[in-house]
Amino acid sequence: MTMTRRHFIVLTAAAAAAWDHILAGTPETASNYNASEHWYGMLMNIEECIGCGSCVRGCQQENGVPDGYFRTWVERYQVGDWTVENPTVDSPDGGKNGFPELKHADGKSFFVPKLCNHCADSPCTQVCPVGATFHSPDGVVLVDPKYCLGCRYCVQACPYGCRFLNPKTETAEKCSLCYHRITKGLTTACCEVCPTGARQLVDFKNANDPIHAFLKTHAVQVLKPYMATKAKVYYYGLDGSVR
Amino acid sequence: MSDLRNAGHLFRLAAVFAAMFIVFLLVRALLVPKGFGRYGHYRAEALAEIAAKPINYAGHQACENCHSDVVEVKSQGKHKGVKCESCHGPLARHVDDPASVQPAKLEATSLCPRCHTANAAKPKKFPQVAPEDHSGGVPCDTCHKPHTPAIETAEAKP
Repeated sequence: MTMTRRHFIVLTAAAAAAWDHILAGTPETASNYNASEHWYGMLMNIEECIGCGSCVRGCQQENGVPDGYFRTWVERYQVGDWTVENPTVDSPDGGKNGFPELKHADGKSFFVPKLCNHCADSPCTQVCPVGATFHSPDGVVLVDPKYCLGCRYCVQACPYGCRFLNPKTETAEKCSLCYHRITKGLTTACCEVCPTGARQLVDFKNANDPIHAFLKTHAVQVLKPYMATKAKVYYYGLDGSVR
Repeated sequence: MSDLRNAGHLFRLAAVFAAMFIVFLLVRALLVPKGFGRYGHYRAEALAEIAAKPINYAGHQACENCHSDVVEVKSQGKHKGVKCESCHGPLARHVDDPASVQPAKLEATSLCPRCHTANAAKPKKFPQVAPEDHSGGVPCDTCHKPHTPAIETAEAKP
């Protein structure tokens, strides 16, 4: 049989399709962790946070976060009687080494631990031009460092300031909700080392998670609800002055 | 039929388009990484790669498997909710190899004030002191046992 041009074209197209299939490879064998059975978030109890900075140090030790950059940090708010709309906020070195006593204590002051809100509708993933940041099936916003270009769109897009460009890898970095821990059944490093239990990992799809009982009887709120990001870090006892 | 006699150039053009389409498919197959799009607009393998990172904090469950005596002591005191690695630091290496990797000795004078130094922003119910005024430089563990910090004096007992 002689190869006509028609045969050649048909065969080449078929070969291309077959090659595509070969390159895709065999799907990995699944471990006993089923991502679709989880939906993670976090609960912050402002009334328990003592601003010790254990979470910040724990996160840096667990994830190798470079000095001067933070995947989680603690802010101190100082709200005077007339400055509810304009509070004073400080976070020396992310609160890593605690907070020096304020010279002029005016009104109330309190600590607010912050981290990626793992928004279900996150602006950072929407702006990524290459699909290097994404929502995992269990509700965690992750960065694929092998695929990130380092264009910084996501750093600008995050309304909570939770992202930064790692100076060594020059790829975007953020809280991964300790994905390497929670998929093994452990809690996050920050929750593990928090001495007062002010922060707790939450699995909304787990019917036995104490969050369900907590939410029935407590008023909680998320940061910047007007951004409509569907943030999943819930704050209990949060003052209206917190931005 | 006579109309098609001069239509050879159309077939040649179609062949060029078909060849370009095939080249597009081949280049796409080369450039799009493995697993991209399986779960969404991202590399599916990234999930497993991120999940495979090593842990540094073993988690209190791992500590409690061996140190049940400390768990027993700690459950009686005010520090019962404080997890081991909150003070002792990340010890996953120690769990992997308890004999050769030993946790560092802790220094109460620097460790305790991390939480218990007085600060106006701390919750009022949290026990806090000005370390210098409170002990005058005497290490905290002279009086307080770290695992059960309350000082048991004859008067304090009911």
